This record gives sequence, structure tokens and C-alpha cells, in this order.
Amino acid sequence: MIAITINGKQLEVAADPDMPLLWVIRDLLGLTGTKFGCGVAQCGACTVHLNGEAVRSCVTKVSRAAGQQVTTIEGLSKLNDHALQIAWAELDVPQCGYCQSGQLMSAAVLLRENPNPTDQDIDDAMSGNICRCGTYPRIRLAIHKAAELQREGAKS
Amino acid sequence: MNRRNFIQSGALLSGGLLISFTILKANKLAALADTADLNVFAPNAFLNIGTDNSISVYLSHVEMGQGIWTTLPMLIADELDVDLKKINIKHGGADKAFNHVIYGAQITGGSSTTWSEFDRYRNAGATARTLLLQTAATRSGIAVESCKTEDGFVIAGSKRYTYGELANDAAKLPVPAKVPLRSPADWKYIGKGSKRMDARVKTDGTAKFGLDIQFPGLLTAVVAHAPVFGGKVKSFDAGKAKAVPGVREVVQIPTGVAVIADHFWAAQQGRKALQITWAHGAGVQLNTGIQTAAYRKLAASDGLLVQEKGDVKAAFTKAVKTISAEYVFPYLAHAPMEPLNCTVKIENDSCEIWTGTQLPGGEQAAAAKILGFKPEQVKVNIPFLGGGFGRRATPACDFVSEAVHIAKASGRPVKMVWTREDDMKSGFYRPFYVHNVKIGVDKDGLPIVWNHNIAGQSIMADAAVLFGPPPAIDDTTVEGVKGSPYLDEIPNHFVGLHTTKEVVPVLWYRSVGGTHTAFVMETLIDQLAHDAGIDPVEYRRGLFKNHSRHLAALNLVAEKGNWNRTLAPGRFKGIAVHEAFGSVVAIIAEVSVEKGVTKVHQVDCAIECGLAVNPDGVKAQMESGIIFSISMAMYGELTFVNGELQQNNFYDYRITRMYEAPRINVYIVDSKEKMGGAGECAVPPTAPAVTNAIFAATGKRIYNLPIVNNRLEKQA
Amino acid sequence: MKKLIITMIVLFMSSAVILSFKEENSTFNYAALPKDSVASVAAFKQVYTVLMSARCMNCHPSGNIPLQGDDNHLHTMFPKRGVDGKGVYAMKCANCHQPTNTPGLHTPPGNPNWHLPPADMKMVFQGRTPRQLAKQIIDPKQNGHKDMQKLIAHADDGLVLWAWKPGEGRKLPPMSHAAFKKAWLTWLKTGAYAPAK
Repeated sequence: MIAITINGKQLEVAADPDMPLLWVIRDLLGLTGTKFGCGVAQCGACTVHLNGEAVRSCVTKVSRAAGQQVTTIEGLSKLNDHALQIAWAELDVPQCGYCQSGQLMSAAVLLRENPNPTDQDIDDAMSGNICRCGTYPRIRLAIHKAAELQREGAKS
Repeated sequence: MNRRNFIQSGALLSGGLLISFTILKANKLAALADTADLNVFAPNAFLNIGTDNSISVYLSHVEMGQGIWTTLPMLIADELDVDLKKINIKHGGADKAFNHVIYGAQITGGSSTTWSEFDRYRNAGATARTLLLQTAATRSGIAVESCKTEDGFVIAGSKRYTYGELANDAAKLPVPAKVPLRSPADWKYIGKGSKRMDARVKTDGTAKFGLDIQFPGLLTAVVAHAPVFGGKVKSFDAGKAKAVPGVREVVQIPTGVAVIADHFWAAQQGRKALQITWAHGAGVQLNTGIQTAAYRKLAASDGLLVQEKGDVKAAFTKAVKTISAEYVFPYLAHAPMEPLNCTVKIENDSCEIWTGTQLPGGEQAAAAKILGFKPEQVKVNIPFLGGGFGRRATPACDFVSEAVHIAKASGRPVKMVWTREDDMKSGFYRPFYVHNVKIGVDKDGLPIVWNHNIAGQSIMADAAVLFGPPPAIDDTTVEGVKGSPYLDEIPNHFVGLHTTKEVVPVLWYRSVGGTHTAFVMETLIDQLAHDAGIDPVEYRRGLFKNHSRHLAALNLVAEKGNWNRTLAPGRFKGIAVHEAFGSVVAIIAEVSVEKGVTKVHQVDCAIECGLAVNPDGVKAQMESGIIFSISMAMYGELTFVNGELQQNNFYDYRITRMYEAPRINVYIVDSKEKMGGAGECAVPPTAPAVTNAIFAATGKRIYNLPIVNNRLEKQA
Repeated sequence: MKKLIITMIVLFMSSAVILSFKEENSTFNYAALPKDSVASVAAFKQVYTVLMSARCMNCHPSGNIPLQGDDNHLHTMFPKRGVDGKGVYAMKCANCHQPTNTPGLHTPPGNPNWHLPPADMKMVFQGRTPRQLAKQIIDPKQNGHKDMQKLIAHADDGLVLWAWKPGEGRKLPPMSHAAFKKAWLTWLKTGAYAPAK
């Protein structure tokens, strides 16, 4: 049994320690918001937070997460109200939507570490997440928007 | 009139198509249809109103990113006079009631959803509104002319009825043959737009895609496919695969060997442990180098007549100058972000399928055929599609058929999952094409003769199962050259087609013919303009004198995109214009070429699509098509060596990333023209606008894609 | 008393750099080795072929983006070095690069300490001539304040050793680790001379 904390819940999963975290999350725990896109850390659709870092769960063995904190898209906020989620909806970022869980999880690390990112910072943070629908221009705008919302939130 | 007839005629009259009863079954309404206690008012297949005031809209087309989850309900909301946000939106499932008004079959494709459903969905809403008004008039005793609707209520004098209160009685009324549509002045959504109705569920992981289907007892299947198209399993040993913990069963199916396991990872481990001997067949002869040489030879001769005018041979003798060009376009994979997958559950005399498909009816029929069922014994559930781009509209129904075979062979409910590599190697590609063009110009540098031959496989031949035997000239190969506004102005021209056959199955790829024909036309016109010493926008204006929509798009982008702007040092611009799916798009691309690496910095785009029902949705589709086209132009290429595809995943089939994505500005022509599509038409002109800008930067014309295969040095 | 005295005298000459040093209680009694500019330069040329191989150079790029593949192309996701050499924001090295190589072709190679040199000590290999690189390696201001002992020890650094177990499909450096280590030590021990060019 491997102990993991996922979205604040302490769980024990019966899994081969080599099983990728992605499939533990999806197929054993039933959390399907985290997506399978490439299986080789090329596309970022499977991005989750491991102790706050945007790891690619498709290449991360579950053993690496043992005793650690994992956050998936389902745990990014309680009410779908993270500044990024609000900005995403406000600017109509998603198209097919398949990559967006990963995009949001990556953007969340960016915004946490840099509350006022430049376009260059966005390139530097987000180029590991592929969107086949080409929502990049809106993701860029939405990250700026979320940074603004975050600043306003901090003020009030 | 009994309930059954009522609902049938309702659909017949309002939608012009016979609704079959399977839709009601699919909607779990069949049981209600013949009871007196009907608590749902379903005047047609597209809409129902519950006594609890719930409003449900059923989509005849599927949401794969293009935004119809919002646009189709907008059409009903305006006619029904309700708040769009209060509508429950659902995919309709497979049913003849949802057949495309033009194409016959149930299909999401051809950038056609909004224009093809514009009347049908408005009528669906208007029919309901009319019946609700009549019901309120009867109940209140106030003349129907004096009743009005207001955001989900009927106001009849001092009475104010919710739609839910009226639903049961409205359902008993005969459906009028014709209903009045509201005036554009009353539109709250159409032409103004709405935020996406699927945005919120796509930001918290709750949106369900095919891959997300889970239920107790469902197993996961991963399939080993032949490494060469047409290959078959000669023999296999599943011993080691079955020893992998979690693997339940290994079954042979017509397309390979499936490993069925408790979860994906076990299935994948099991597949790795399979030992299979393949009989490759004739497919091993496919080599991209040999294919290129053969197609080049073919395209150098005149093919089957597509379009012709004047005397081409004589005209060349009069030309002041001739130019020749040969273009090579590779096979392309659609590579939607959600790899293809399908879940199948078979129980006695019924089958249930969950899959992201652009062709629900086709999949239903294919599954039924495999199982020996009638189509109505197969229920197709359609979650969100994680991208389609044409790949989820495969008339051969390859991935659904495969999943049905696995479920049938194993007797278990299975979710068949293709890995990225499986998806990429599965075929149904944009075909490989070669164009050969010879042009003669007059003393002013204008073309007086144009001879154009194209060699490539027929997409319609591979779609014959759905659309019947293909015609000798497959329009999907030649569209964009055939019907080109430029050719209209060229007094002597010939367009010929060589249709080839290969073991590789081919398919429509976002913008279909435009992916290559626009590239050839727009780069050649650019070359002619440059040779003539005329600004490429001016040169095109001259040739578009009889094509007002092309001119409108070109002029708008030239104005708003400030074609004559001074560019920063090292930046260069290119232009292209193309019509596809009823809309014209003009693109200005601004690029730099540093150390041989092209970067697209900015794209300005104008679209002439008639009425833009959801303007921001149109803009989103322009952004999407532009970036899709940049991926295609910069990197897109599939190659074969001895029948084996050389590409595997995103590391060798690259997709544009954030740092490569340009700034994009979209302008919509204010137009009263016929409505066109928006989902695909930005793809064709973007690639040539980029390479025309590369020419401005380097002096080098690009005749084969992808761009990365060309050595680009900066202009000295 | 255990006392380590290292004296580094860097003499700039027209064609070579001489490094001399003295050490007590070391397993490497290189102080005793005679200085030999010919042997030293020859050894460094061997070392250089390893350092410029894809397995080493890819993480010692001239810019702030690592390289990828046997052809040293820019890492396609454009991950940035960051201050500590471990990447930035959502693109930190360890987000994809695991403690061990991920199985399969074209999967992320791994090591517990996967990183680039930090921003204040970039230790660029890409584009450096043998002479430039040799001088750079022994300059404590450029080499991460490594003294001779640390330089010697670096041959057995875990990330350096990874180059010889790089996972499926990756070309190995042009010689074995043993041969590399021998050349590295010989170069250092015989005076750490830099080639003329």
C-alpha cells in the first residue's frame, strides 16, 4: 500500500510502485480531470502538483508521490474559483478543453511564484503544455487577467 | 392525434425531417410518450421543456472545441425567449432526426454547423414559443396576439405563466406547419454572442471526455496493431502478457491483438509483453522517397480534366515569361489532444457505446453490423470530444469498430484506449500530394495561362462507405484550385487530377483541400506579384475585381492590420487570401528568420463569413485555425520507410507551443452575405502567408512543407 | 594535523595555462607527478571530446535553454535555466526528469540531481574551443569555486556518471567513463595545461 495525500485527503492505494501517478489518479482513484495526452512528458495534459510543483504525472512513478502532497485539477479550488479558473471562463479560453486541466495546473505554479508575470514569463512557464486547438493567445490573456484578479483580491 | 404522432409530426413540420423514436428512447422519454402524465413538452428532437421549467436542448452536432455547444442553444434561446444560461445542453446521440440538413448523414464537419442549423434550431425554438403562447391564450382567455413572451414567461394580460406551467398543455396542441421567426431586432444572442456554455466545466476537470468514462466492471483494452498498413497477425504468444498483474484477457481481433486489463497501465504493460509475428503484406513497399519521385513524375503530365478554359497550349507561345513550380506536401496526422478511444458495453440484445465522434450514425451502423444488430439496438453516447479536426469523422469507423470487436470477442465491457503512438500510427491521414504548375504571364506580369496538375489519393474513395462510390474527380483533392477566383481571371487554364491509390487510408483534415491548394495558389500569386514588381495586396486586388467577398476580407485585413506599416528590423510580412467552407479569410503574417529559424510574431486576420452568429466564437476559431496551420506549416510531416511510419509522438511530430504562438488580431467583415463556416477557413491562408513572409525575409520560396525541411538563410 | 593546503598559481602564458598545486593526505598524489604540458594537453583533447558530446554539452548550453538529442537541438519546450539551474515555474527540470531514466525511447532521462549549471556559474561548453574550455574549467570564478580536489571528484559526480547510462536511444560519450576519468586526471595532474587553441 502506498500512502498519498490527494487534494487534502489521505489515501492508501494498492498499486505497483512503478505505476505512473497518472493512472493511479485516473484508473484507481477515479479522478478523471487529469488527462492522458502523450505518455512521455511531451504535452503536459497530465500535469498535477506534487508538493506544489507541476509534475507530469504520466512519467512520475507513484512511488515518488508516497507520503507526499498531490493536487489535481479537482483540488485546484473548492468552488472552481481560483483566479485562473475565473479568468479562463471570462475570456473563453477552453475550446475542446482536453488540455486545459494541465494548462491551469501549470499556470497556477507560475502565478504562485510570480504574481505579476510578463509575456516572457508566460512563455517560460507554459511551453510544456500543448494545446492542439491553439488557445495560447487566450491562455496568455487569461493569466494576465488572473494576476490582476489576484492583485485585486489581495487589496480588498 | 396521439402522442407518438404528435412528436413525429412536430419534428417533421418544424425541422423538415422525420424524427424516429430512437431519439426519445435515447432521451429516456419513450416511457413518457404514451402516458397521459407527460411532464415533458418535446415539440421536436432538439428541444424539450419540463413542467419543472427545465429546458433541454439536444445538439445534432458535436462539440469538439469549435463552440457549437454555445451557438446552437443561442439560436433556440433567441426564438424561445429564454436565458441561455438556464438551458441544459446535451449531445443528441445517434439518430436520423439529427441528420445533417445538407449532407444527409449525421455528421459534424465541413464547418457547417451554424449555417446549416441556423433555420432548423431557430424553428425548433419558435415552434415551442408559438405553442406556449397559444396555451397561455387559451388558459387566460386573452387573444394570442395580445400575449407575449418574456425571458421564460408568457405574459397574458395580468397573468404571468412560466413555460413549465404551460408545458403539459402545450404538448397536447397540434404543431403548426409554419411558425413566425423573431425579427433580428429582437435577437439577444444572435450576432452579439455569448460566453462559452462549456467553459466552466472545462476549468475544473468535470467535463467528461470519452477517455473519462468509468463504471463498475469496465476494463481497459490496449491493442497491438500491425506496424505496416494492411498487415495481419500471423501468430502470437500471449503467455507473458497474461502473466502481467491486472491483465484479464488477450483476444485477437481483425486489426490486431487486444490486451484487456483492470486499468490502462496493466494493459499497456501487457501489450509490451506480447509476442506477435506479423504478416506485413504489400504495405512494406511504401517509402516516402519513392512515393515522392513517382508522384512528381505523375504530376508532370496532364491528368483527368477538372477545369479548363481557352487554349492553354497556344497561350504559352504568347507568354512573355513562364514560370514552373512543383510542390510536395506530406501526409499529416490530426493528432487531437485526446487520443482516440471508445467504450463498449454489450448486453444480450443491446449495445451501448461511449465515444467522441463526429459521425454518430455511422458509428452506430458500423457497430450494429459487427454485432448483427439493428442500428436502434445500439445506443451511442457522445461525451465532449478532445479535438477532432476530421479524425473523429472516419467513415470507416475504425476505432469504434475495433472497440466493438474487442467487447464482442471478450464478452466484457471495455474501454479501448489508443496511446499517442497508436493514434499517430493509425492512418486516415491528410493525403500526400504533389502539385505541378506552369504559368505564362504577359508584359504586365499578369497570368494569361495556367496549367495545374495535382497527384494524390482520393479522400472520398476512403469515405465510400458513407457517401457511396467516389466520382472520377474528387473535389476534396482539387477544391481551392478548382473554383479559384484567380483562375476565373485567367483566360487560358487547365486543371488536371491524377488520383493515386496507396495502402495508407486517408481522411479529411481540418480545411481538407485548402491545406494544400491554398498554399500553391497563394504562394504562386505572391511570386507573380513580386516578379511583376507590384505590391502583393495590390496585385490581388486587381485579380479580385469580380470577387467582392475576397476583396472585402483583403481590404479589411490590409486596413486594420496596417499592411503598409513599418516593421521592426528583422521582421517581414506576407499576405494570403483563401475561400473555404463559404467564408473568405485574409491573413497577414509577420515573421523573422534568425539563424535559419522562422518565428511567426504576429498574425492579422480578416474573415468574411456573412452573419457572425457568435462573433467571439468566430474569433476563437480564427485563432485556432491560424495556430493549427502554423503547426502544419512549420513541422507537420509523416514519412514512411518500408511501410513503417517514422513518427511516434509529439517529439517527432511537433505542435506549436506557447513560445511560438503569435499575437493574433481578428477582424470580422460587417456583411450581409450568405453565412459561411468558421471552424476551418483560417487554416488554408495562414501557411502561405507565413511562407510569403519568409520569402520577404530570405528571398527563398518554399515549395515543400514543412518549413523546417528547408534551409533558410537570412537575406544578405 | 590534517591540513589541506592547495596553492593554485595560474600562470598565463602565450600558449598554455599552468596550474600547480600541493596537497597532503590525498589519495591522489598528483603533486608528485611531473608537469608535462604535452601529456596534459593531449589528455585534455580527449576530455574535450567527451565534454562536447551530446550527453555533456546538452546541459552546458551557450544560452539559457538546454539542448536535446544527439544533434544538440534546443530543448523543444524551451525550458529556462532559472537562477539555480533547476528550471522555472511550471517548467522545473524535475517536473519531467525523474530520479531515474524513464523507460522507453524519447522519454525524459533522469537523475536525482538533474539540472543545468546555475545562472551565476553557467559553465558553458557549447561553442567553446578546447583552450577556452580548459581555462574555464580550472578557473574557480567560473567553475563553481571548485578547487583541484573538487574538480577531480567531479569525474565521479552522479550526474556526470549518468552520461554513461543515459537511457534507451541516446548515444554514449566517445569513450568509457574509465577512459574519460583517466584522461581527466592526467590532464589535471600533469599541470592542467590548456591547448593552444
